[in-house]
Amino acid sequence: MKHNYEAVVIGTSSGGLAALSAIIPSLPKDFMPVIIIQHMSEDTENYLPIYLQTISKMHVKEAELNEKIVSGTVYISVPGYHILIEPDHTIAFSIDEKVHFARPSIDVLFESAADAYQDKLIGIILTGANADGSTGLKSIKEAGGLTIVQDPTSAEAAYMPQAAIDATTVDYILTLPQIRDFLIGLSEMQKDL
Amino acid sequence: MNNAEIEKAEIELVLQAIKARYGWNFIHYKRSSLHRSIRRIISKYNIEHISDLITMIMWNEEFMNTLLCDLSIPVSDMFRDPDFFSVLRYDVIPVLKTYPFIKIWHAGCASGEEVYSLAILLAEENLYDRSRIYATDINNNALEKAREGIFPMSKFSSYENNYRHSGGKEKLLNYFISKYDAIIINANLKKNIFFFDHNLSSDQSFAEMNLILCRNVIIYFDQTLQKKVINLFDESLCYGGFLCLGMKESIDFLKASRDLYLWKKKEKIYRKGIPDVQGEKHDFTIQQT
Repeated sequence: MKHNYEAVVIGTSSGGLAALSAIIPSLPKDFMPVIIIQHMSEDTENYLPIYLQTISKMHVKEAELNEKIVSGTVYISVPGYHILIEPDHTIAFSIDEKVHFARPSIDVLFESAADAYQDKLIGIILTGANADGSTGLKSIKEAGGLTIVQDPTSAEAAYMPQAAIDATTVDYILTLPQIRDFLIGLSEMQKDL
Repeated sequence: MNNAEIEKAEIELVLQAIKARYGWNFIHYKRSSLHRSIRRIISKYNIEHISDLITMIMWNEEFMNTLLCDLSIPVSDMFRDPDFFSVLRYDVIPVLKTYPFIKIWHAGCASGEEVYSLAILLAEENLYDRSRIYATDINNNALEKAREGIFPMSKFSSYENNYRHSGGKEKLLNYFISKYDAIIINANLKKNIFFFDHNLSSDQSFAEMNLILCRNVIIYFDQTLQKKVINLFDESLCYGGFLCLGMKESIDFLKASRDLYLWKKKEKIYRKGIPDVQGEKHDFTIQQT
């Protein structure tokens, strides 16, 4: 396995709060940037970054337009906007049509992130009841990135991880604690390089 | 070159072709969204390579018109972001009412949902007859739709929901004629709206405005063009005039204009020459529990 990853993108829908809470707080302070799509309805206040910040070592914030993506930071999606990654690793937004009834859409983030990071990207699909993310994960795989899916039998909602597994030959199918340990292990290996 | 690099190069060539043939400059559009749109286009028209678009762009003007729609039509709703329309009604309009006559520029009006939302609001606040609204877009097909003011009935319940949350005072359907599965905006709401094409990346300022709305348009531009457009708006505003951007569009980091002050932080309303007159701060600090 390669060790030169530069960013992690995560997509989740229903059950996402608990799943993210099982992974993000354990990541070291200087971990590579993590960009997260959590499906939510457009008129809700986005408390996820506030909540995750209180229990995490990394800096957790809502993604902002034009913002430079840096290590040690977790960027959370904004209700009502797609998030894309520019080739210069800054955040872009769009209000294009919903994808799989979702805006933000996981596919939109993952496809643009695969363009921007090529084979230096890790894509993770967690619990959810929607097929969003499977096309995006496929793009990451095709660009040479690493793909991880939460084991559907261990997921609160199995539909999204199962759809991702059906669409791509993913690299790892893991439970939440395994994903957490995998990422921590990876960050230690990258530090040693 | 790997395939991804070839695709990137092809996109640049397509943009150059559009510019050379029609003068539209997409060079300063963010690449991530362009790339996505172009991928969608080649799969929609069953085209093998992105560079195959170049011949069609050069020789088929009709195709270019549809391509422009695929490239540049953002999806809009009526009263999208009800909180913004509420602030417009209760904080901005009272200031505008002190003028005998007001000019409004709605830049990037697309198919018109938002400009008619604004017209309804002005009518309810008895300001419509003293207003002139210039609604512009780069896309003539979209402008044609906006002029017609016909929207699908299927969207109505979400429009009405937004309208209620923004402080709407009437029945939204009062402003429309419904016909089969469509709703058509009342003609008397159109009379003070002037639709015409204007290209934010190359055209100039054309009048002095009291209010400019340009929401969720500059998100598609790179920072060079964002800066240029903000300066264009600055030039086009009268002293004390308002600039309304999308709720996630901040220009603070651009350091583009010296005399535009953030007036409503959450709703991204800026005011020319007048720093924070109401002394309101909307600081959103993270509370540790």
